[in-house]
Amino acid sequence: MSDQATALKPPTPPPTSVVDERLADVSLLTKLLRRPELGALMAAAVIGIFFAVTTDDFGTLDGAANWTDVASTLGIPAVAVALLMIGGEFDLSAGVMTGTSGLFMGVMATEVGMNMWLAIVLTLIAAGAVGFINGYMVVRTKLPSFIVTLATFFVLQGVNLGVTKAITGSVRVAGLSDVSGYDSAFKIFGGSFSTYDYRVSVLWWAAITILATWILARTRVGNWIFGVGGDAVAARNVGVPVPRVKIGLFMGTAMAAALVGIMIALRLSSVQASQGVGDEFNYIIAAVVGGCLLTGGFGSAIGASVGALIIGMAFIGIQFSGWNTDWRFLFLGVILLLAVLVNNFVRRSAEGARK
Amino acid sequence: MRRVLHYVVAALLVLGMAVLVAACGDDDDGDSSSKNKDNVNLTQGRDLTIAVITHGEGDTFWAVAKKGAEQGGKDMGVEVKYSESANDPQKHAQLIDSAVTEKVDGIATSVPNADALRDPLKKAVDAGIPIVTLNSGQNDSAALGAITHVGQDESVAGEAAGKRLAESAGGGKLVCVVHEQGNTGLEERCAGAKKGFGGEVENVQVKGVNDIATSTTELQSKLQSDKDVSAVLTLNPDIAVAARDAVQGGSSDAKLATFDLSGDVVKAVKAGEIEFAVDQQQYLQGYLPVVFLTLYDENNNTVGGGQPVLTGPGFVDKSNAAQVEKLAEEGTR
Repeated sequence: MSDQATALKPPTPPPTSVVDERLADVSLLTKLLRRPELGALMAAAVIGIFFAVTTDDFGTLDGAANWTDVASTLGIPAVAVALLMIGGEFDLSAGVMTGTSGLFMGVMATEVGMNMWLAIVLTLIAAGAVGFINGYMVVRTKLPSFIVTLATFFVLQGVNLGVTKAITGSVRVAGLSDVSGYDSAFKIFGGSFSTYDYRVSVLWWAAITILATWILARTRVGNWIFGVGGDAVAARNVGVPVPRVKIGLFMGTAMAAALVGIMIALRLSSVQASQGVGDEFNYIIAAVVGGCLLTGGFGSAIGASVGALIIGMAFIGIQFSGWNTDWRFLFLGVILLLAVLVNNFVRRSAEGARK
Repeated sequence: MRRVLHYVVAALLVLGMAVLVAACGDDDDGDSSSKNKDNVNLTQGRDLTIAVITHGEGDTFWAVAKKGAEQGGKDMGVEVKYSESANDPQKHAQLIDSAVTEKVDGIATSVPNADALRDPLKKAVDAGIPIVTLNSGQNDSAALGAITHVGQDESVAGEAAGKRLAESAGGGKLVCVVHEQGNTGLEERCAGAKKGFGGEVENVQVKGVNDIATSTTELQSKLQSDKDVSAVLTLNPDIAVAARDAVQGGSSDAKLATFDLSGDVVKAVKAGEIEFAVDQQQYLQGYLPVVFLTLYDENNNTVGGGQPVLTGPGFVDKSNAAQVEKLAEEGTR
């Protein structure tokens, strides 16, 4: 009798706060240290403080206008390239794309006589098309994206020079400032603001970084990108549309590069046929310094932005310091190497003993 | 956890120290004027900073101009900050912007692309910084707000070179080798050469001074495939040497001439491999702007009377190559 009563007794309610003893207690500091961009942030802080202390102008608002200027035109494509690298692919044509899009817009505006805004829209569409071709080729042929985009790089480089010369007779497209719509387009894309002359591209850079971070952290597409980069086969098996994600990422890098090309063309009111050649490695370096792995599946957009910031600070900092410019690239290389080493070291030691 | 923190702090210290050492280590090497302070009695240590910004990429031609600028700084007792943009117009604009931020006392810049530099130079003028343009942009110099231009009239020089080549080659076709993209000065030279040569002239684009091997191959294939070429005009001393190799490698009998000197070019002129070199004395293009800006800052002097200060063209051929040779090898001609 009493056993039955005991069996029918309602179970004691669980305690109000349950801590699952299987979950380890990870401190906030460790969580921070495991972020991919932390090493880059520390390196940026060291470099920034160093130059601010050793030069007169680096730490001023005026000086900051200079290094954010350099960082922004690097940072916008670097963020897009970082997303692509997280997705497991490379785009070596991103640098030349800035030149191609600038020249395309310039030719449309000056030779065909279009309004500047129409030329801008057409340029972005054309860039999206080139990105689509890149992505489609990579997905279809299953060749390494390194090779496919290298081919695109050479094609675009030749087109830049050949078409420019054929149409304008010289290696430059000039006279953009005479085109209708130039002044308003210049204000939005190529101009500057505030008494210290901060460039509008800095605002674009911040906006694109926030957008990319939001995509990676809060949307399903962001999950897909990480999945595709981590293991494309496994991602496909759980239902991620891998080809669509990759093509979308390639279109993203092409359009980001086109945006920068438009900005530079409007700022300088002319475009040189050799614009952008060699910049693609700066984008990859910025992404890697910011924590992206070359093998994909890991990284962050903020990290790539910090990487671009480091490159910008190093360039202008060396300028302000008055060091012999013959050694400029040596310093740049040393700073970047140290930034990557610190980043790597911090991440490994933070992840090593994963409690 | 403590261990990780220790490692992090250690890494930061190492990074910081490494960068500091790199900086301090090179400050002594790069600051050549401090070495001379012991040997030479500087007249007055003027508290001026002049920024010299060119579109060079570490090649022989601009190395001579850089030497000129640095010597100008030493002789005038001012600090010269030399930087190059590697023919990237956006970088060039950013370098001028940095100079304005640093509130330098004068900016000496080359102007290969006037559209790109119009805004930054306007900012410099608005900030009260005097500007001297050098090497390229003679026609835009006054409109950009410069107090004077130091350089060579490219059309005039090109025409003279074209005429001399027409005489030595006796007709045929001239190939004008363009090694930089988007430099109006080079385009003016070739256009001038076309006028002076009188015959058919073709502009050929080559890779450039940072890839001499490819440039040589490009020229050689051009010479081998086009048998009408009787003369080659290059616009840079490094490219001239590449063209010399291309002419010899392709067993072509085209006459070769170039703009601008270097030690190798002078040797080749002496040996008869290059007919003549048009010398624009880029050493002066580095030296004189520093002097002019110092004089302007101190005494409000302007030079030229509204006209450019011409540093060329001078012709170096077999008759005077020997005199120039030693100086060219030292990198001052």
